[in-house]
Amino acid sequence: MHLALFFIFGALCIGGAINLLVQKHPINSALSLIVVMGSLALLYLLLGAEFVAAVQVIIYAGAVMVLFVFVIMLLNAGEEEVLPRTSRVAITLGVPGLIFGLAIGIWVIARFAGLDRVALGGPTLANGTESFGNPASVANLLFRDFLLPFEVTSILILIAILGAVVLARREE
Amino acid sequence: MVPLSYYLVLSAILFACGVAGFLIKRNIITIFMSIELMLNAVNLTFVAFAAELKVLSGHVFVFFVMVVAAAEAAVGLAIIISVFRTRETLNVDRVNLLKL
Repeated sequence: MHLALFFIFGALCIGGAINLLVQKHPINSALSLIVVMGSLALLYLLLGAEFVAAVQVIIYAGAVMVLFVFVIMLLNAGEEEVLPRTSRVAITLGVPGLIFGLAIGIWVIARFAGLDRVALGGPTLANGTESFGNPASVANLLFRDFLLPFEVTSILILIAILGAVVLARREE
Repeated sequence: MVPLSYYLVLSAILFACGVAGFLIKRNIITIFMSIELMLNAVNLTFVAFAAELKVLSGHVFVFFVMVVAAAEAAVGLAIIISVFRTRETLNVDRVNLLKL
């Protein structure tokens, strides 16, 4: 059952991501990105992350994508035009850079292919696995061990709001 | 149960789609959406490892990534609006003042 659901929603994810690449109009790309985020929320539920799934739907598929769609409609964005390639740097360094990147990737894969499974440390759950990932257990961790980072993120959000207001303001 | 490697492969495919969109697309809003796709792929890796290792901190990190992504979306879209006001275009090829 889990495997079937994983394949259904994984295929939906990949289909949405590829549709994002193929579509020419940004509003179609935004809608396919919402499909990807909704399917990812289902995958989080399969992994037992109830809190993350709910936040994924509310923040990503809700707030962030509404912001995207709002800006697309505000700027009246049309289909993207393709200009001829004019970057001299890309023409000169493109092929050597690509070969260099591929070589680095192959070296990393070959280097780490034989390693064992890594063991990560961290605070584990005390009261069994039934409550793993529900809002109460995440809140226990978030408001105790990660209290300082949580407060710092509130300052970050405040600065982001101020920055957005200042940047988007119309010049007099 | 679904093996961990399936989730990692799915996450890698999503991340690769995000990188490809970032490099191929010429519309600045679509490029921004590709960045969001990459962040989502990383979030899937976090949650998959959290479920595999029974460590809850992965969920908290996903929460922080989402907060940073929301802040980034707000500031980035404000920058896009500002760029559109001055340059009258959304095509990144036309925003080329610093280009060689």
